Amino acid sequence: MTDIQQAAPLLRVNDIHVYYGAIHAIKGISLEVYENEIVTLIGANGAGKTTTLNTIAGLLKPRQGTIELNGTPIQGVGASKMVFQGLALCPEGRRIFQQMTVKENLEMGAFSRPNTEIEGSLEEMFQRFPRLKEREKQIAGTLSGGEQQMLAMARALMSRPKLLMLDEPSMGLAPILVEQIFDIITELHEGGATILLVEQNAQMALRVANRAYVMETGLITMQGPAEELLHNDAVQKAYLGS
Amino acid sequence: MTAFLRFLINGVSLGSVYAIIALGYTMVYGIAKMLNFAHGDVIMVGAYISYCGMQYWGVPPVASILTAMVVCTVLGITIEGLAYRPLRQAASLAVLITAIGMSYLLQNVALMIWGANPKTFPQTFINGASLNVGDMSISSATIITILANVLIMVALTLFTAKTKMGKAMRCVSEDRGAAELMGINVNRTISVTFAIGSALAAIAGVLLCSSYPILQPTTGSMPGIKAFTAAVFGGIGSIPGAMLGGVLLGVIEIFGKAYISTELGDAIVFAVLIVVLLVKPSGLLGKPMREKV
Repeated sequence: MTDIQQAAPLLRVNDIHVYYGAIHAIKGISLEVYENEIVTLIGANGAGKTTTLNTIAGLLKPRQGTIELNGTPIQGVGASKMVFQGLALCPEGRRIFQQMTVKENLEMGAFSRPNTEIEGSLEEMFQRFPRLKEREKQIAGTLSGGEQQMLAMARALMSRPKLLMLDEPSMGLAPILVEQIFDIITELHEGGATILLVEQNAQMALRVANRAYVMETGLITMQGPAEELLHNDAVQKAYLGS
Repeated sequence: MTAFLRFLINGVSLGSVYAIIALGYTMVYGIAKMLNFAHGDVIMVGAYISYCGMQYWGVPPVASILTAMVVCTVLGITIEGLAYRPLRQAASLAVLITAIGMSYLLQNVALMIWGANPKTFPQTFINGASLNVGDMSISSATIITILANVLIMVALTLFTAKTKMGKAMRCVSEDRGAAELMGINVNRTISVTFAIGSALAAIAGVLLCSSYPILQPTTGSMPGIKAFTAAVFGGIGSIPGAMLGGVLLGVIEIFGKAYISTELGDAIVFAVLIVVLLVKPSGLLGKPMREKV
């Protein structure tokens, strides 16, 4: 790769403002994600992390600002078209299709792709997540929390995204499962995936990420290499509890 | 015993019409989360179109029914696009009132076009030779109605279970936002749902008028309300529920009229509904609502 290619980010969010009615939730956020990076967005409850991801995914419309994927503006295109652009969001609370089987959930993840390609990707997912293979025909709502999270991630991967966005993948999981989820994130990264990760578990997120942004009440207050932020005093006080 | 069997078969037949109509209510409710009270009047439009085809345009019955299905499909998509889609983010009460308004609009337009005088629906292949079993005679309309119901049920079940569009419908029904994230075009999915529901309404209209051949602008409203009741009875949003609710409702209505009181037939139907909803608020096959936390 040349330096010029490295300099062009996969995702560029430029000064977006998002409102919920009269509430100004995101007050001008800019961030970049480069290819093959894990970038994490950390911050307290209500800082606007999920709102930011949902806006990038097209579920919310920014009132101002631009979002570019590979240099193409994608703001306001609509969530259902995003996945065709190569962007997948694994949403907060997993939101798997509870009444469908595991396999059907995965197939729906590949909705944007031709039917002929689905079989191969299914095999790939079953290899990465053997638990899902065991539960292939089970109704997704009957899976345990950890399994549901794996299904949600696998479902997002089924679209072969250029950028995978994960919203609080460790939420509500037992510590051992949290470890497992972060192992998977690391593996995906090693496999060449580009990931934008939103987490409340700042410690874990900063350990796996290359770079990080810290959000507070709709603004980015700090940014830099994850390693640096992990040892930053202010971050440690506010989010790492030490 | 013969009388009992005859009532039962008539009940199943009437119930099959309710079931086919109820499918329209239940699918639209499941996917668009709205009650389309104009659905009953789409039945009436379907019946009138096939009536016109056979009576005025000299089109053979089968072609008339197909024409009615096409017209109703277009009508359903148009109603959804013009009246309901702009209200997608609006309060559900606004959508409900719009649907009731749409129902009156259809009735009054029908009144303008076809007048208030009832038309006698023509006899078609549906009213063929009756089947004699022992000393009981079953009309062919009854048999065709029941068969049509079974066929539609099987087709719809396969459609939602196997096809990409069918699966997309289930996704939208469960979680609209997550469905969008998969790349599913929610508006198009809702349009297709209205299209299917309305095409079925046309079939129901023809079947209804083949057994009860009086056609007027209000023909669709009572069966519409009863089919809605059937959908709630079976568990609104559930396709097998609509089928079960419809058939049960038809049987209860006919038995009520036959054994209890002719005048109170409808009252009995709705009384049963109230009891079922008191005992099982989500309907017979409905899934209990889970509050998201």
